[in-house]
Amino acid sequence: MPPKRKNDTAIKVEDVGMDVDAVLDSGSEEEARRRTKNRRIKPQRKAKQVSDDEEEEEEDEAPKKRGRKKKPKPQDSDEDDEEDKRSVKSKGSKVSRKKAQKDDSDEESEEDRGKRKKGGAVSKKEKEEQNKDKKGNPKERRRDSKGGDKDKKKKNGKLSSSSDSGESDEDSLSEGELAALKEQVEEKKKLIATLRNKPWRMKRRLVLLKEAQEFVEKFEGALGKGRGRKLYAFKVMMTKKFIKFKRDFENFKTACIPWERKIKEVESHFGSSVASYFIFLRWMYGVNLVLFGLMFGLVVLPEVLMGLPYGSIPRKTVPREEQDSAMDFSVLFDFGGYCKYSILFYGYYNNSPTIGVLKFRLPLSYLLVGVGIFGYSLMVVVRMMARNANEGGDGADEGEFTFSWKMFTSWDYLIGNPETADNKYASITTSFKESIVDEQENQKDENIHLRRFLRVLANLMILCCLGGSGYLIYYAVKRSQEFSKMDPDDLSWLQKNEVEIVMSLLGLVCPPLFETIAELEKYHPRIALKWQLGRIFALFLGNLYTFLFALFDEVTAKLESEKIIKNATEWGLNEYYANYSSFYNTTNVPPPNVDPADVVRGPCWETAVGIEFVKLTVSDIQVTYLTILIGDFLRAVTVRFLNYCWCWDLEAGFPSYAEFDISGNVLGLIFNQGMIWMGAFYAPGLVGLNVLRLLTSMYYQCWAVMACNVPHERVFKASRSNNFYMGLLLLVLFLSLLPVVYTIMTLSPSFDCGPFSGQDKMYDVVMETIEKDLPAFIGNIFTYATNPGLIMPAVLLMVLALYYLNTTSKGYQQANLDLKKKMQMARDEEKNRRNNKDSTNQVMKDLEDLLPNKSLVPPPTEEEPPPPDVVTEKGSKSPKTKPGSATKGVNLQKEVSLAASNPRGPVTRAPGPRGGPPGNTRGPQPGPGRGRGAPPRK
Amino acid sequence: MGNKQTTFTDEQLEAYQDCTFFTRKEILRLHSRYRELAPHLVPLDYTNNPDIRVPLTLIVTMPELKENPFRDRIVETFSEDGQGNLTFNDFVDMFSALCETSPRELKTIYAFKIYDYNRDNFICKEDLEKTLNKLTKGELTPEEVALVCDKAIEEADLDADNKLSFADFENMISKAPDFLSNFHVRI
Repeated sequence: MPPKRKNDTAIKVEDVGMDVDAVLDSGSEEEARRRTKNRRIKPQRKAKQVSDDEEEEEEDEAPKKRGRKKKPKPQDSDEDDEEDKRSVKSKGSKVSRKKAQKDDSDEESEEDRGKRKKGGAVSKKEKEEQNKDKKGNPKERRRDSKGGDKDKKKKNGKLSSSSDSGESDEDSLSEGELAALKEQVEEKKKLIATLRNKPWRMKRRLVLLKEAQEFVEKFEGALGKGRGRKLYAFKVMMTKKFIKFKRDFENFKTACIPWERKIKEVESHFGSSVASYFIFLRWMYGVNLVLFGLMFGLVVLPEVLMGLPYGSIPRKTVPREEQDSAMDFSVLFDFGGYCKYSILFYGYYNNSPTIGVLKFRLPLSYLLVGVGIFGYSLMVVVRMMARNANEGGDGADEGEFTFSWKMFTSWDYLIGNPETADNKYASITTSFKESIVDEQENQKDENIHLRRFLRVLANLMILCCLGGSGYLIYYAVKRSQEFSKMDPDDLSWLQKNEVEIVMSLLGLVCPPLFETIAELEKYHPRIALKWQLGRIFALFLGNLYTFLFALFDEVTAKLESEKIIKNATEWGLNEYYANYSSFYNTTNVPPPNVDPADVVRGPCWETAVGIEFVKLTVSDIQVTYLTILIGDFLRAVTVRFLNYCWCWDLEAGFPSYAEFDISGNVLGLIFNQGMIWMGAFYAPGLVGLNVLRLLTSMYYQCWAVMACNVPHERVFKASRSNNFYMGLLLLVLFLSLLPVVYTIMTLSPSFDCGPFSGQDKMYDVVMETIEKDLPAFIGNIFTYATNPGLIMPAVLLMVLALYYLNTTSKGYQQANLDLKKKMQMARDEEKNRRNNKDSTNQVMKDLEDLLPNKSLVPPPTEEEPPPPDVVTEKGSKSPKTKPGSATKGVNLQKEVSLAASNPRGPVTRAPGPRGGPPGNTRGPQPGPGRGRGAPPRK
Repeated sequence: MGNKQTTFTDEQLEAYQDCTFFTRKEILRLHSRYRELAPHLVPLDYTNNPDIRVPLTLIVTMPELKENPFRDRIVETFSEDGQGNLTFNDFVDMFSALCETSPRELKTIYAFKIYDYNRDNFICKEDLEKTLNKLTKGELTPEEVALVCDKAIEEADLDADNKLSFADFENMISKAPDFLSNFHVRI
């Protein structure tokens, strides 16, 4: 095997390119080039061994190769690159050396360095070549190169001493030299930064890295002159430190990412799609942690530390009539009693503008955090979406690459579990078969009318379900309002929690129902999944909004009753003051001495709303966990153990094990998050609760999925839907933003509870702060900024910008389309030329026939150059494009019979990328001159 | 690991971090994974860069690769001698290229190499057939295989030479939505 392989590579290096070239090209040109190159290379090798004189001679051969950075590559053929570059390089170094001899010693340092570096690179390259070039005269060559190697090293050794001396008087470096040096250093740095992106062997990378680092180390200090030098050195040092710090920070950051191993385990069992749920969950956890930090650090903690303690004022005290039952578990479990009058809810917070010694503005902070949570979430979600959008390919039309995509990208490299792998094999096979069938007969619709009827029917049924569920929720909420008017002791637990139970049950029952109904439609599974997701989304959204509207009814009712209580209290207070002053005949009236627990108070609708949301969240958690426990775990246990004594195979047959429902879980998570967003303003503790929930569900679901689920039979792709989910999240965020902002802007806060009590509107806090506590000019700025005269133009400007961006993007789209079309045309043209040696493009043909004087011929060739520019990897081809097109023009000029030779024109160009991966990627990268040859190929 | 004895010097770790997409911890973990494969062969101390190769048969037993239909090709592609014997450098190289953070371009290059079975720098029909048979465990009939291969070439081949050059491959892959998410291995 080994010899054969060596042969292989050798063939690749030497022959493949040449063969193809020879076939495609006229050949002679290529040959000539090669010959000259060989000529060039051989003497050179000799030269290394012999003496400087010969080198000079040699230098004459290529006097213009001095440029170190941009080595003129004779022509683009990747196979030759290595040799080419080597020759060029050593020549460069020789030239430089000669110059060094001529010039003064200052230059020597730089020259030397270049040489030394090059020497190293060359020797390395030669070593590489040794591995590869075993073909022709391997032994001689090796000796040759080794000789050269040694020789070089010796020289380097010699010269390095002088380079040291050279360094000492670097100050006298000329401007140009300095610039060149600087450029080189920059280049090296760039190389270090991008080294990890290069498709080279690790060994080579390590060597290059070392070289580059040494180089930078050595010559970085040389840059900058006189006084600037110290500063420069300092700057360099700081950047170095900064890089080090950044890396350490990176290390730290990755070390902080939790559950990496857990997710990996899941991933290897279930593939990337299931893992994507857990990654999403983790991401959500991160976002919630930040939200929690905001809420906790800026609202809850200050209130706990600096605010008044429990029992000091009415809003922080359980009312007298509730006190007996305030510690009952059933009450606490419904978030009544002590829970209701705790920091968990809006009502607990005091409305004094500043608290504590720090004069912390709690009400302001409360409002800003409430709004800031939305701002932060919005930013994070949008950023995530943008990142996802970048990743997901540039979205060619579906169907353009059906088969090749299936072939090359369908295997999920993460899979490490035999069962999953089997499923994956099966699903890939099926998908191939489906595609084949599709390909063979494009859609045979047997009974389109029946299908349509069924689909309409299914949609009708689902609409009914949606409407029904909405009504059910509305009804339940209404009923619960009636219940709330009754004495709480008469109500059963069921009656108290009716709304939550109904909502959870609907969420539990409806999705499977939808799935069953969707069977009627007979959509392709992927489309069916989309429909299913859309319907569940509609269900959840509908439910949530019905709930909200019902809640609003309740809130308005509460506002009414609050008004009455407020009037009564005020009246009572006035009465008290009047009596007191008339009785004691003084205007200095002490406040009424009533125990805070006995004070009459309003219903505090904010806390009520907060409690609703918390209850909803808790019941959602309960239902989710119970579903997992019963639906997954119990089912798995039953199937596993009853299988020993059952009449059919339970594992393979009916109940079997559950699959992990990705879409359902993701949607559940999204809606849960929506509730958090909505409720967080009225129940600051909700965020903390959610963090706990996510934390537990991470462990719980990880365990559940590993213990009792089986991999999907039909594996759907995660990546596509990734942004789909994010889009849903964004929508939910927006929809949950609406009611909160609405309540903040329009409803008046309760008069006796919460941080905004006593104000007309919640945002008055901000106004007040601006007016009273900020310098006057800031207030002025705000007045100007909120002036309609300023806002209108701003809005107009934004609209204009939108319009402009939209137009440009459309323009780009059009350009893209055109280029695509051109590429397609070029491709077809070439195919046709190959096949029929004749253009099938009617227009072209006509043109050719029509034009007696073919000076106008270029159009076809003019058409073709663009693709290289479009498809970036073809950059290397461009040098050849011109000759190709020229010959083509000539050919066309002559006769159609010459069309046979035509293909060569274009084709010589086409194989440009033939160099394969290394050449292409290296092409555009900077500084190919610096002693790294073509990457290793295998 | 590495509490009592240093596996790598700091410079080595820095160098590896410069050359790969891994953090320090991950490199150390990679080393321990590498060592697990052949404890008798791989020393704990890597400060002097010992030249040790672990054969392909051991590498492919890693759970990350075990189920991969292309495991042999992957390992071969990344081995310096082309036969699947991996030094630690190659090993790190492999997982670096396949890790989540490595860029699309790099992955494309290696994917191309992996799918290029006969190493002629083109993905030709035989390569496609091999790929397809590995993907489907040979459950397609020869006619179906031929059809799929023809179709795939027809779709992606831009220069009409009936095989996929790297440019063709890159063009095709760059538009694929699932390539990045599927072509990665976590360690």
